[in-house]
Amino acid sequence: MSENHEHKHHILSIKTAGIILGLLLILTAITVAVSRIDLGFMNVAAALALATTKALLVILFFMHMKYENRFMQAIVFLCFLLLAIFIGMTFFDLAYRGG
Amino acid sequence: MSSNSLSFWEDSGNGRTGIMAWLTTTDHKRIGLMYMYVILAMFIAGLCLGLAIRLELIAPGRTIMDAQTYNTVFTLHGVIMIFIVVIPSIPAAIGNLVLPIQLGAEDVAFPRLNLFSWYLYIGGTLLALVSLFTGGGAPDTGWTFYVPFSEFTTTNVSVAVIAVFILGFSSILTGLNFITTIHRLRAPGMTWTKIPLFTWSLYATGWIQVLATPVLGITVLLIFAERVLGVGLFDPNKGGDPILYQHLFWIYSHPAVYIMILPAMGVVSDIIPVFARKPIFGYKTIAFSSLMIAFAGSLVWAHHMFTSGMSDTAVLIFSLLTFVVAIPSAIKVFNWTATLYKGSITVDPPLLYALGFIFLFSVGGLTGLILGSAGTDIHVHDTYFVVSHFHYVIFGGTGFGMFAAAHYWLPKYYGRMYNKTVAKVAFYILFIGFNLLYFPLFIIGLEGMPRRYYDYLPQYQEGHVISTVGSWILAVGVIIMLVNLIRGFTKGEELKGRNPWGAATLEWTIPTPPPLLNFDKEPDTSRKPYDFQGVTPDE
Repeated sequence: MSENHEHKHHILSIKTAGIILGLLLILTAITVAVSRIDLGFMNVAAALALATTKALLVILFFMHMKYENRFMQAIVFLCFLLLAIFIGMTFFDLAYRGG
Repeated sequence: MSSNSLSFWEDSGNGRTGIMAWLTTTDHKRIGLMYMYVILAMFIAGLCLGLAIRLELIAPGRTIMDAQTYNTVFTLHGVIMIFIVVIPSIPAAIGNLVLPIQLGAEDVAFPRLNLFSWYLYIGGTLLALVSLFTGGGAPDTGWTFYVPFSEFTTTNVSVAVIAVFILGFSSILTGLNFITTIHRLRAPGMTWTKIPLFTWSLYATGWIQVLATPVLGITVLLIFAERVLGVGLFDPNKGGDPILYQHLFWIYSHPAVYIMILPAMGVVSDIIPVFARKPIFGYKTIAFSSLMIAFAGSLVWAHHMFTSGMSDTAVLIFSLLTFVVAIPSAIKVFNWTATLYKGSITVDPPLLYALGFIFLFSVGGLTGLILGSAGTDIHVHDTYFVVSHFHYVIFGGTGFGMFAAAHYWLPKYYGRMYNKTVAKVAFYILFIGFNLLYFPLFIIGLEGMPRRYYDYLPQYQEGHVISTVGSWILAVGVIIMLVNLIRGFTKGEELKGRNPWGAATLEWTIPTPPPLLNFDKEPDTSRKPYDFQGVTPDE
């Protein structure tokens, strides 16, 4: 067939997996801590930023995206880009309503 | 590649016979046919509901049903036609039959997943039917399930939205299967620029199915959560936003229009050059425009919401983007016309239906610009103008595309030819009936006749009467066409050769009907898909 079927699966080492797990637990602790401090509207921004960082770590390491080929990475990026566009363009309505 | 002489009708490949050979098959051709049979049955059901709607509207006031029944009938007509007939029609039925062979493959990438998709489709369809006869009766929300009404109506919306959720999964898995097949199972030498345009259109469609359908799944689940748990996401009394529902619904449902129309455009792109005996004009542009339509078409959803109370900024941006999506659609129409120009045209039934598509889709597309234009949309929003525009695009487009595909490809799979004269007569009846049915709706829509109304002022009756008479003529055309096809495929003249139309794509190089694994010799991918030099129709 026209594309190469050979594809080696990367096996995540216990050490790397442990480090990522540790980072995720630390970020979770930070998420809980931040939620107890009143930062005004920045509370939401901080919670979203932390959640995004955690999701990124899971996708890159636990879901092996860091070790995939460029095409696969581009497709996953495209999905997130579209999600961002869908949410962002909805704000053309929400942000300007009543204006 | 295997070299057996039995066709896929005789060789089930799973060692079973009878109905079980079909229900457990992983052969893409059998699965495609199973989709087609169910779609055909549901199309007839949806058609009957449509005829009942038109008959009710032949005169003001009650004619054959009460108002509540009318609401459920137009909801059912929409749900059946959109989710059960049109969306799977060309991709799942014709796509399954044709796509792997056009690529030179023995089957799709995930044959078992393909069968699972069919079972999901059947499960979703059965659940939709169950919703009619259980709970508080058949849903009465329209196919859009708009809140807040869908949250509070006592009819059986909860079961119907779960049915839509399951049908959505079937669509996602089919799209995933086709994308993977196109990437991984192309025969050696089948480069991207040799892929037939029908398969290219299914590639673009597959991406919409995979990326947009999950949004529908989530949205209908949210309705379920609203009804069962009273979460309040769309309820202003609880801080929710009903317009958010419309955003979520149309983020899927506008791209879904392209799930419906893109494969039909692919069908037309494959048929026109064969019957013009000329290579397609602008192959790469047509292929690229499919991807452009898939992308740009995903960014125009809020043009359905210009009068919803959405912000003016959003109205401006979505109106502008709507005009952008017209460009790749127009590219295709101009390229088809340029392909026909100075061609050696044979007016066989597949070409007639393809030409019908171009005309009706053009009317539907251009009237779409009137709706996409924010100013004029205020006047015609939620009137019969929208109903007519939509049917010109979906029935005139996808419907005629499906009919063209059936007349073009199915003789290959059944090994028999229908009566071409009857097929042409059916086309003309269909075409006249179609325009008589839908064109008056543009006029009464412009005059202010609202869509979905059970009753109307006497001034609109003339348009409704013409339209209802048109629906009868259309139904006669559909019956003649279907009887001719069914009769042709069961008792028609047997095809002698492999290539009755003189086409150059791979599906016409294999035996008729195709064997289980499609190819009896290595597929020859040296020829471009629309290079007709030395290719002549087999008598």
